[in-house]
Amino acid sequence: MSSDVRFTDFKSDKQPTWCPGCGDFGTMNGMMKALAETGNDPDNTFVVAGIGCSGKIGTYMHSYALHGVHGRALPVGIGVKLANPNLEVMVAGGDGDGYSIGAGHFVHAVRRNVDMSYVVMDNRIYGLTKGQASPTSRQDFETSTTPEGPQMPPVNPLALALASGATFIAQSFSSDSQRHAQIIQEAIEHNGFGFVNTYSPCVTFNDVDTYDYFRDSIVDLEEEGHDRTDREAAKEKILEGDREYMGVIYRDENSVPWEEREGLDRNMADIPDGAPDDAMDLVREFY
Amino acid sequence: MPEDLNWAIGGEAGDGIDSTGKIFAQALSRAGRHVFTSKDFASRIRGGYTAYKVRTSVDRVESVVDRLDILIALTERTIDENMDELHKGSVIIYDGERSTMQDVEVPEGMVGLSVPLQRLAEDAGGAIMANVVALGAACEVAQFPIENLDESLDKRFGDKGEAIVENNKEAARLGQQYVAEEYDHEFDYDLETTDADYVLLNGDEAIGMGALAAGCRFYSGYPITPATDVMEYLTGRIDQYGGKVVQAEDELSAINMALGAARAGARAMTATSGPGIDLMTETFGLVATTETPLVICDVMRSGPSTGMPTKQEQGDLNMALYGGHGEVPRFVVAPTSVSECFWKTVEAFNYAEKYQTPVFLVSDLALAVTEQTFPPEAFDMDEVEIERGKVVDEAEIDGWLNDKDQFQPHFPSADGISPRAFPGTTDGAHMTTGLEHDELGRRTEEEEVRIEQVDKRTQKVRTAREEEDWDYREFGDPGADTLVISWGSNEGAMREALGFLEDRGHDVRFISVPYIFPRPDLSDEIAAADDVIVVECNATGQFADVIEHDVLKRVQRVNKYDGVRFKADELASEIENTLTGVDSGSQEVTAE
Ligand SMILES: Cc1ncc(C[n+]2csc(CCOP(=O)(O)OP(=O)(O)O)c2C)c(N)n1
Ligand code: SF4
Ligand SMILES: [Mg+2]
Repeated sequence: MSSDVRFTDFKSDKQPTWCPGCGDFGTMNGMMKALAETGNDPDNTFVVAGIGCSGKIGTYMHSYALHGVHGRALPVGIGVKLANPNLEVMVAGGDGDGYSIGAGHFVHAVRRNVDMSYVVMDNRIYGLTKGQASPTSRQDFETSTTPEGPQMPPVNPLALALASGATFIAQSFSSDSQRHAQIIQEAIEHNGFGFVNTYSPCVTFNDVDTYDYFRDSIVDLEEEGHDRTDREAAKEKILEGDREYMGVIYRDENSVPWEEREGLDRNMADIPDGAPDDAMDLVREFY
Repeated sequence: MPEDLNWAIGGEAGDGIDSTGKIFAQALSRAGRHVFTSKDFASRIRGGYTAYKVRTSVDRVESVVDRLDILIALTERTIDENMDELHKGSVIIYDGERSTMQDVEVPEGMVGLSVPLQRLAEDAGGAIMANVVALGAACEVAQFPIENLDESLDKRFGDKGEAIVENNKEAARLGQQYVAEEYDHEFDYDLETTDADYVLLNGDEAIGMGALAAGCRFYSGYPITPATDVMEYLTGRIDQYGGKVVQAEDELSAINMALGAARAGARAMTATSGPGIDLMTETFGLVATTETPLVICDVMRSGPSTGMPTKQEQGDLNMALYGGHGEVPRFVVAPTSVSECFWKTVEAFNYAEKYQTPVFLVSDLALAVTEQTFPPEAFDMDEVEIERGKVVDEAEIDGWLNDKDQFQPHFPSADGISPRAFPGTTDGAHMTTGLEHDELGRRTEEEEVRIEQVDKRTQKVRTAREEEDWDYREFGDPGADTLVISWGSNEGAMREALGFLEDRGHDVRFISVPYIFPRPDLSDEIAAADDVIVVECNATGQFADVIEHDVLKRVQRVNKYDGVRFKADELASEIENTLTGVDSGSQEVTAE
């Protein structure tokens, strides 16, 4: 790892095609800054991206990366990390990717608590497919496929994480670039699954959850004097529901990642040229 | 034809049928006899009937047959279930003192041995040992020296303490003595022992062992019959080599975790059965376009949908060949025997890494649940070769960078194979995506690049066709006018069927094909034969379709889809009927 890594080293030579003003620009910049700030470089970093406008992040960043199928980014990231725990693994995707088609993986990735970070670029809409309701869309949010709104309460991702036993729960806002990068950095530094729900407004298809809305309503937990290690306090904040918090809501300082519990510390890529020396013992077991 | 004994124990699920059967099978194997086991799960009637069947001979046995010589019946229904296979002279051991067994009527001509299994077990220390009493009784009937049971009882109960082991040995002896003293019937059997040393394992275990031999370090899966044994075998054992088995939340996750591990450079694998393969399908294309080496194992069971989960079928061939939208380059390898499950797994990992493709390892329930004996040399670990393909390290990476110093994970080489840099390799950072991409892994829809990338992926298959041996396995009479072709587990039954057919005056050449794609070109072999019959366990003849397409000629088909594997004698009759034009009224489907 070289100490002179700058965040622009994590930029690929592809120019983003996001709509001008899209929240994803800020989200990505913060991720790159946080990676550089935590001493990582592109050669030891693996980024896994979902499918969606958000998922394009995998193609705009420079590192080892895989842009997979819709909703399955977390399992890929877990596989990478378990196979080589020396890598820095970061997974990013949209609210549909993470809380709808991939919701099952979210719950279990939180439970497994592998040491990696997961950034959900939450715009409360399906951007790539041009504006349908997402699992975080408001109940009365009218879209082409939900003319009266979804008529279901939105998922509370922070509560879902809490209920699944999360060791790190945070929320950020892409437009507050400094705080956003700080929060992502903390997620990377966390010893376990660092989950950040990042408000990344869609300027094209969501005229409700806009920059103005978030700017007006967001409350910074730093300013509230919230104790992030207090799970009860975190629970209260998360379940309040009618306030948009920013910051690290919960962090378990005693978190032990799954791979550490399981004693995984080797790079699984290293194998001998033939069967293991004692392999005939495997056969003899069947006597 | 082997001088064989066919033995079975049957009862309700939960009666310890499997473990009792396994003790007997192991005892035979340790005594230098060949063993071929099979299991009956659900029922022809209904409910929880289950049986463990053992065919044993001093010669190799490759199949089950339609004959049962000694049956331990723990329930009355066990006798009904096996009526077709029982014959005059069959011996049925049962506990006539049990209230549920008091009315058992042993059919005409068969020998019924009522042995107080439960009472004798209590005498030995506990009713729980009733099955072992029955094993002792069976030893007496088969004239199989009871000392041979001791080692298996040690193996099975050793961790429960000396006393338990001794009680079990005593239980077996009580059963043996009871038959010796109470019945002065002359039994026809005399189970010889030999000095040979065999190992006894099933196809799933062989796949697991092959994976370990091949350096597999990451396995992710979701439990499903009949693939779970692969996962259970690897659990714990893979850890000794620094690897891990991960039980994923579903098969979507399982295959994507394995993909992630493979991108990180690990030899990775997932195994499942029909319903799980369905869920994984979307990711096949991702594995293929990102050129990630991955072994995907499908241990087929009867479908469609939940089908008959504990029954045999070879119905997923088309799935393995064509599953996934778009055109997905892949290899499909199908082991034809338990030992081949081992070797084909080793090969699968090499193909996956050399050609950076998904490799489908297609096994089936018959292989998965069959325990078969082999000399240990059948798994000679010195023969295992590991070929990792074009992996480039830091020293070599410069040769694969473009003029902007970017690594090219999808570089269109002449052979279609690109360099691979494991994450962590300095200057190797690169992305890849399931979107069509250029040589750098960046999304593109440019026509020329699209064509270049599709062609390079196809070229890999072409290269593999030329570089590797895609041979078939051949048995029987090479000059015969009749050619039988099969794939997967039918090999064993067909090998034995050759003997029956020869006795009935039919010379047959038998080709067993382990490579489904790429596969051997059988044009000459088919042209040289008068009759060509393709044998498989499915209704429509999926492999026969493929062969017809290859050679542009109709073949005859023998199909079985009742959920039960072919038995050697039954298969011989099916082949004979096909040759003589007799409609057997069975499940044969003939192409028009
Ligand atoms: C299996 C599958 N179903 C549907 C799609 C189409 N699709 C692509 S992205 C997307 C939703 C994206 O929403 P979100 O995850 O919130 O990402 P955003 O575009 O808002 O960043 C859908 C439905 C797909 N690619 N794959
Ligand atoms: S559609 Fe919305 S989410 Fe997608 S790029 Fe445009 S602004 Fe961003
Ligand atoms: Mg979205």
